[in-house]
Amino acid sequence: MNNSTYEDYSKIERSVSLRRRIFNGITYFLLSVWAVAVLFPFYWMILTSVKSYGEYNSEYIPKFFTATPTLENYTEAFTSVPLGRYLLNTLIFTVLTTAIMMVVITLAAYAFDRLEFRGKNLVFTAFLSLMMIPNELVVITNYVTVTEMNMRNTFMGLILPSVTSVFYIYLLRENFAQVPDTLYYAAKVDGTSDLKYLLKVMVPICRPTLITIGILKVIECWNSYVWPRLVTDDPDYYLVSNGIQEIRENGFGRENIPAMMAAVVVISVPLILLFLIFRKKIMEGVSRGGTKG
Amino acid sequence: MKFQHFKGWIYLLPAILFLGAFMVYPLIDVFIYSVEEGYNFASQTYSGVGGFNFSYVLHDPYFLQALKNTFLLVIITVPTSTLLALLISVGLSSIKPLRSLYQTIYFLPYVTNTLAVGLVFMILFKKTAYSDGLVNLLINWFGGSSVDFIDGPYWAKLFVLCFYTIWIVLPFKILLLTSAISSVDQSYYNAARVDGTSRFRTFTRITLPMISPTLFYLIVTGFIGAFKAYSDAVALFGTDLNASGMNTIVGYVYDMLYGDSGGYPSYASAAAVILFAIVLTITCINLLISRKYTHY
Repeated sequence: MNNSTYEDYSKIERSVSLRRRIFNGITYFLLSVWAVAVLFPFYWMILTSVKSYGEYNSEYIPKFFTATPTLENYTEAFTSVPLGRYLLNTLIFTVLTTAIMMVVITLAAYAFDRLEFRGKNLVFTAFLSLMMIPNELVVITNYVTVTEMNMRNTFMGLILPSVTSVFYIYLLRENFAQVPDTLYYAAKVDGTSDLKYLLKVMVPICRPTLITIGILKVIECWNSYVWPRLVTDDPDYYLVSNGIQEIRENGFGRENIPAMMAAVVVISVPLILLFLIFRKKIMEGVSRGGTKG
Repeated sequence: MKFQHFKGWIYLLPAILFLGAFMVYPLIDVFIYSVEEGYNFASQTYSGVGGFNFSYVLHDPYFLQALKNTFLLVIITVPTSTLLALLISVGLSSIKPLRSLYQTIYFLPYVTNTLAVGLVFMILFKKTAYSDGLVNLLINWFGGSSVDFIDGPYWAKLFVLCFYTIWIVLPFKILLLTSAISSVDQSYYNAARVDGTSRFRTFTRITLPMISPTLFYLIVTGFIGAFKAYSDAVALFGTDLNASGMNTIVGYVYDMLYGDSGGYPSYASAAAVILFAIVLTITCINLLISRKYTHY
């Protein structure tokens, strides 16, 4: 009697653990399928970028590996199209836009959180409602404004309209609000000015959030396409997104796909490196407030 | 006291200047543009005020094509990507080893340049004289015949566009859903296990209601994002989207503004206002539905 109950029990346990193992196996298999779907385009672009022009075009049925990797496409990418120029432009654009934005939002978030002035709540509500305005609606007039001010094909024209970011003001203010008020009063008693308090106390305490916001903005700038396309038609001011589109339509003569892929690799690598270094920060930041898709 | 008021505004001044010049003013202006008839970009004059721009846009075959493409894209990609993200997140939450590796891999598309990687997709799907491309090779293995996904039939082009869009938007959804699932209180699951509840029932009765706010947030933002699709289409089909018949509403706005067919800010504004109205309506409907079904 006792023995058979035990046997039943272990039989059930075995079947449950078998079922669990099958279930787990299926889960891992499906997850791996999607992982391959994500990684494959990256593998393919690196693979194609190290195939020689002749090799690539002689493969009617594409091969999944190459025996003779070459770096000639990378030299081609930097010499026959101004890829270096595009990268430099994007770097300047990204650094300046992010830097100006950080200053603007830090000051604004501080004003909303610590300073008392008439109309504060009203302005804050107005700011929040601006978050709902889609970019597509304001881009038209901005284009006209920038054209009229003769700022097309200048860094000013590229940067100024890209600075605004209401959401980050909101995010930073939330973070500022967590710094205890007592510190502020202590500083006031000591006669510390607001600006000094902001720079010496608030900014160091909130550095993690500031870094996260900065990285998210860098990603956004590096990938921005629509605005740069509208205000630049001089290749000297192209950013990488426009550069890659230009390469696709006019560069490298007749469909030199390996060279194109080399350019794609060069453009993608900086952000992927940034991601691998700041993986935790980026994923945290995005889940807290990033929007895309 | 007076100075204190003053100081607050000083700190806000840069933000107000930027927002005023590049958001508030343009916002008002776009509605004005959209009702000015016969606006001339060079002389900055217009002939009258009325709804002609809207009726022009609504009768433009290119706009109707863009409208159709955008709606199909939204209807296909939003449910598919949300469902797929849900499946992947549930799968991710049920495993322990390798989870963080998978999470890192799945997030990669978020940090890539849409235009650059779109070029890779184009090459994978394109059929040229020299090669049928990799995807066609796979289709041939399974006994199908080659299709040109980039310059071929409409359904094929729409398929690539949807596939690429889903590939791009999934990282964000997976990330939010996995963190929502992991923040569900474990004691609910323990209680369910004591009661011998099946996996499926646990999922529909505990996990799903608990993550429903995140799910609805993703659906709402997913709709908004998909309606604004543009750069993924450019990445796959090139800048002349009207020629390939794959334009989107946002693409139509930009084409009206700039480029070979550009120079018509009034038409562009009217199209942008129409887009805004569509997005606003859909968002309101979404919020109404979510209020009914979401458990907070």
